Amino acid sequence: MARHTQLTQTPAIVTANAELAERLHKVWETEPGIKGFLGTVDHKEIGIRYIVTSFIFLLIGGVEALILRVQLAQPDLHVLSPEQYNQLFTMHGVSMIFLYAMPVLTGFSNYLWPLLLGARDTALPRVNALSYWLYLFSGLFIYASFFMGHAPNDGWFNYVPYANRQYNPGPNIDFYSLGMIFLGISTTVSSANFVVTAMRTRAAGMSINRIPILVWGTLTSSVANLIVIPAVSLAFFLLYLDRNYGTKFFQPQSGGQPLLWQHLFWIFAHPWVYAIVLPAMGMVSDGLPIFCRRPLVGYTLVALSTMATMAIGFGVWTHHMFATGMSDLALSFFSGVSIIIAVPSAVAVFAWIATIWTGRPVFTAAFHFFAGMIALFVIGGVSGFMTGSVPVDWQLTDTYFVVAHLHYVLIGINVFPVVGAIYMWFPKVTGKFLDERLGKLNFWLMFVGFNLAFFPMHISGLLGMPRRIYTYPHDVGWSAWNLITSIGAFLFAIGVLLLFHNIAVSLRRGKHAGANPWDGGTLEWAIPSPPPPYNFVVLPTVASRHPLWEDRLDDAPGRSRLDTGLALDKGRQMLGTSVVDAEPAVILQMPFDSYAPFTLAVGTTIIFVGMLYRSWPGMAAGAIITGIALLLWLWPGRLREGSPEAANEPPFAEPDHV
Amino acid sequence: MSDVALHRSDEIRAPALPVGSIGNQASGYFGVWWVIITEASLFIYLIFGYAYCAMQFPGKWPPSGPPELTLALPDTLILILSSVAVALGEHAIKQGKRARLTLGLVVGFVLGIVFVAIQLKEWASRGTTLASNLYYSFYFTTTGFHMAHVVVGILILGALTIWSALGKFDSVRNSPVSIGALYWHFVDAVWIVLFTTYYIVPRLK
Amino acid sequence: MSAPLNYLTSHGARADMILPLTRGVLIISIIVILIVCGLLAAAIFRRRPVEAPGADPRGLLFRPRGGLTFVYVGVGISTLVLVATTIRTMKTLADVVSPPREAKLTIEVTGHQWWWEARYFSEKPAEIFTTANEIHIPAGEPVRFKLIGGDVIHSFWVPALAGKTDTIPGQTNITWLQAERPGVYRGQCTEYCGKQHANMAFFVVADEPARFEEWRQKQIAPAAPSADVAQGLSAFQTRCGACHTVRGTPAGGKVGPDLTHVMSRGTIAAGTLPNTPGHLTGWIANPQGVKPGNHMPQIDMSGADLNAIRTFLQTLG
Repeated sequence: MARHTQLTQTPAIVTANAELAERLHKVWETEPGIKGFLGTVDHKEIGIRYIVTSFIFLLIGGVEALILRVQLAQPDLHVLSPEQYNQLFTMHGVSMIFLYAMPVLTGFSNYLWPLLLGARDTALPRVNALSYWLYLFSGLFIYASFFMGHAPNDGWFNYVPYANRQYNPGPNIDFYSLGMIFLGISTTVSSANFVVTAMRTRAAGMSINRIPILVWGTLTSSVANLIVIPAVSLAFFLLYLDRNYGTKFFQPQSGGQPLLWQHLFWIFAHPWVYAIVLPAMGMVSDGLPIFCRRPLVGYTLVALSTMATMAIGFGVWTHHMFATGMSDLALSFFSGVSIIIAVPSAVAVFAWIATIWTGRPVFTAAFHFFAGMIALFVIGGVSGFMTGSVPVDWQLTDTYFVVAHLHYVLIGINVFPVVGAIYMWFPKVTGKFLDERLGKLNFWLMFVGFNLAFFPMHISGLLGMPRRIYTYPHDVGWSAWNLITSIGAFLFAIGVLLLFHNIAVSLRRGKHAGANPWDGGTLEWAIPSPPPPYNFVVLPTVASRHPLWEDRLDDAPGRSRLDTGLALDKGRQMLGTSVVDAEPAVILQMPFDSYAPFTLAVGTTIIFVGMLYRSWPGMAAGAIITGIALLLWLWPGRLREGSPEAANEPPFAEPDHV
Repeated sequence: MSDVALHRSDEIRAPALPVGSIGNQASGYFGVWWVIITEASLFIYLIFGYAYCAMQFPGKWPPSGPPELTLALPDTLILILSSVAVALGEHAIKQGKRARLTLGLVVGFVLGIVFVAIQLKEWASRGTTLASNLYYSFYFTTTGFHMAHVVVGILILGALTIWSALGKFDSVRNSPVSIGALYWHFVDAVWIVLFTTYYIVPRLK
Repeated sequence: MSAPLNYLTSHGARADMILPLTRGVLIISIIVILIVCGLLAAAIFRRRPVEAPGADPRGLLFRPRGGLTFVYVGVGISTLVLVATTIRTMKTLADVVSPPREAKLTIEVTGHQWWWEARYFSEKPAEIFTTANEIHIPAGEPVRFKLIGGDVIHSFWVPALAGKTDTIPGQTNITWLQAERPGVYRGQCTEYCGKQHANMAFFVVADEPARFEEWRQKQIAPAAPSADVAQGLSAFQTRCGACHTVRGTPAGGKVGPDLTHVMSRGTIAAGTLPNTPGHLTGWIANPQGVKPGNHMPQIDMSGADLNAIRTFLQTLG
C-alpha cells in the first residue's frame, strides 16, 4: 500500500561504537528495584530465572529419589509408608519431567536464542515473562499439595480409575490435574514465543540452513508442544470435571473409558519425551564442534533428523499401551513405528562420532559431558529399541528395565548435556570460567555414579522387579542389585553437588573469561561476557553457519558483518526478518518492562486456586484480574510511533501500556 | 571499539523498512496463528474422545437420539453472519474507513451475544446436566469449551470496538483488528465442525 | 539366588515363542553398545598427526572430508538391523495370538485392590467355582484367560509363562497360558494400582492333568464345617461374612476372596505371607500392620473369637 512509505524508516548503518552502546544500554536496561524485578522482559534475566528455578526443582526431586532409594536399598524396609512412597515417587517424576527437564531447556533457549540468532530479545518478550511467572506459580501450586500432606500419588502418568475420586478421595489428584493444566499454559505461551522468534527475529542473512542446531531442537519441541499439550490439558480437565462435577468420562460403570485417559496422556507424553531431549541434543550438536575444532558433520542431516524424530514421535504413543489388549493390527503398526524411530537418532549419534573422529578433541569439562552423553544415549536408545518390539515389551514393560531405560534417556540426554552446557556457557553468562579440574571430577563422579545406579536396574528388571513397588520380599533375587543402585544414586548425587560447589566457588573467584573463551564460531561468542542488556550494539549480518570462523574455514570469508550493521536505536528496536531467507522485513518496536505479565499470572493463579476449592467467586475474581491485565497489556498505543495521523511525533515513543 | 567515533557509513544503505506492528508483519499476527493451531488441537482431541467413547458405547448413541436442530441451526447462521460482519469491518479499515470498522465490530459483537443467549436457552431446554450421562458429559463440555471461546471472542470484539471508536486504528495500524478477526473466524469454524459432529453426523445413519 | 520373576527363562509355550526374540534383541543391543561405544572411544583417543608448526594461535580449525561416511554406513547398517527386527517382531506377534491348539479350560481372572479372583468356567453351572490368588492349571494344556478389572487397572503377569496383559474395568482382555511341566510359577501385578501394588502377587500352579482334576473336584465341593467349629463359624459369620464367602455356610460376602478352600492355598494376602497358623492369626488380628492400606478392616475381637475363627478356617482344606 502506498501509505506504507510514510511509516518506513531507512535505518542507519553504523560501526559499533561506545556512544551508541551507552545509549542502547539506557534503553534496554531492566529498571532497578521492584519494577524491574516484577516487570523485566529481558530474555537473559528470564532465562537465568528459568534455569535457577528448574535446578531447585531438580534438587528437590533428587532428594526425593534418594529417600526412595533408601527405602529400596534392602528388602522389607519400613523407612516409608506405602502412601508416603507413592507420593514421593509421583512427585519425583513430576518434578523431574515437568518442573525440571523442560524448564531448564526453556531457560537455556531463552538465554541463548537471541544471542545465537543475533537479536536483542525474543519476539514476544512479555509473553516470555508471562511464561516464567506461570511456570513458577504452577510449580508452587503443585508443591503446595506436598506441604499439605496431599501430594499427587498416582504416578506422573496418573492412570484412571485409580485417579478417580472413588479410589482417590483426597485433594491429591486435584492439585495435580489443575497444576498440569496451569503449567501447560506456561509451556504453551513459551513455545509460541519460541516459534515466532525463530520465524521472525533471526539476524539478516541467517537463512534456515544457517540456524544453530540448538535452535532447531527447541523449535521442533515448541511446535510439538503446541500440538500435543492440549491433549494432556484436556485429559486433566476432564478428570477434574469427573472428580468434582460428576461427569462420566473415565467412569467405566457409566460407559466411560479408562483407556481414553491413556490415549490422551500418551499422545502428549511421548512427544514430550522427545521435546525434553531434542534441545539438549542440539546443545551437543553445537558444543562438540567447538571442542573438536571443526564444524558439525552432516548439519543438514542432523537438522532434518531432529524434525523427523518428532514427526515419527507423534505416531508412537501407543507403545506405552502394548499390554492393554489392543488389536493385532494396531500392535504391528505401532511396533514397527516404534522401532523405526531409532533411525533419526542413529543419524545424530553417528554425526557426533564422526565429528569427534575427524576433529581434534580438546578435553574440556564440557567435552567430557557431551562425549559421555553419547555413550548414555546409545545405551538408553537400544533399551528403547527393545521395548519397541511388542512381544518383548510384554515382558519388559512396567519392570525396572524400563526405569533403567527412561533414566538413561532423561539423565543421559537431558542432564548430561545440560551440565556440559553449563560448563560451556557459564563464561558467557558470568564472564568467569568454572573450574575445569573440578569440572572433570564432577563429570567422572556423575558418570560413574549414574552407571552404578542405573545399569543394575536393567538387571533387576530382567529379574522381574516391577516398577512402583514400595518394597519387595527377600526371596526374589533383587536385593543385591538394589543395594548397588542405592549406593550409585548417592554417588551420583555427590557428583551433582560438586557442580553446585563449583558454581559457588567460581562465581566468587573464577578465572576471567573473555568474549570468546573457547574460540566458538557462532554469534553469542562475538559479544562481551556477560552480554550487555541490548546484546548486539549493531545488528549483525550473517553469511555462514559460523560467522566467527568463516575466515579460517574459507566459508564466506569476511562476508558476515558483525561490527557494522543496523543501529536501530529509536527506542527498543529490533530487526524482523523473513521466515526462510531472513531478509530484513520490518523494524520491530519492542516492549518495555511491564507489570502486565506478572499480574496476569497472579490472576491465573487465583483462578486455579478457586477451581481447587470449587469456589466460583474465587474463579471470577481471578478471571477479572486476568482480563484486566490482558486488556491493559494489549491496549494499542502504537499510533504515536509514526502513522500518518501522528506523523509529527517522534517515531520512537514508548508504547504506552503498563 | 570504545575509541571509534560515531560513524555513519555512506557506502552501505539498508532498505527502507516499515516500523512497528503493521498488519501481517506484527509478531502478534504470527503468534495468533500458533494460538489457533494449539486451540484447534484441543478441539480435535475433544472430538477424538467423543468418537472413541461413542464407538465403544454399549447401546444407542446418542442415548436420547440426535439433538434438535430448532435452535442450533439458526444459531449457526448467526455465528456465520457475525464472522462476515467482522470480516467486512476489517476489510473497511484497510481502506481507512474507520466508521465501517466500528459498525462491523458492533454487529459482530451483538450477534455473538445473541449466539450465547440462544445457546444458553438450548442448554436450559435440555433438562439435563453434564453429570446426567456420558453423552451429556461430552455434549456440555464440548459446547461449553466452545462457549468459553465465544465469550473470549466477544470480549475481544468489545475491546476492539472501543479502540476503534477511540480512533486507535487506521489504514496501516490495524494489526489488532486482523488478529482479533482471525481468532473470531476460528471460533466460528470450530462451531461448524462441532455442529456437524454433534447435530448432523448422528442423523446420517 | 533364585529369581522367580525373571523372564530370561521360560516354562511355557507362549513364553517360549517370545524368548528367542527377547534374547535376540538383547544380544543385538549389547553388540550395538559395544560397537558404538568402541567407535566413540576410538574417535576420542585415536592418534592424530602432529599439528603443523606455526598453526593459528587462536587454535586450529579445519573441515576434513569423510565424516559423512560414518553417518551413511552407520545409519545404513542400523536401518537394516531395525527392519529385520521389525519383521521378526511381526512374525512372533502373529505366532502368539492363539495357542497351538484350542484351549479347553477358561478361567476368568479379576484384578482387585490388592488380590486376584479366579473363576473357573464350566458348561455345568454346578461346577463353576471361585478361588483366589492361586490359580491351578493342567500342565501341558493351553488355558484361556478372560481378564477383567474389578476396580482400577491391574496387570496380569506370569513371566515364566507369558508377558503382561492388563485387567481393565469396562473391558475384557483375552490371553492364554500353557505350562509345559508341573510347577509353581510366580505372578505379580505390574500396573500401579495404589498403596499395596507391591504386595499383589499370585501363583500359577501347574499340575499333572489327573491331579488338576482332583483339585478341581475338591474346589467345586462346598465346605462342610463340623460341629466342633460351630463357635468359630458363627464368629466368622458375624465378623467376616459380610466380605468373604465360604460356600456351604451362610457367609456369602463378595468383597474379599472366597475362602471356601483357603487352606488349600500356599500363601495368604496375595502372596504376602506363607499360609501357616501363626501368620493366619497375625493376618486376621492385624491386617493393616501386615499390609498397610489394604481393604481388610482391623476388627476388634477377643482372643477367644480370634482363635475360634482361625480354628474354623483351618478346617477349610
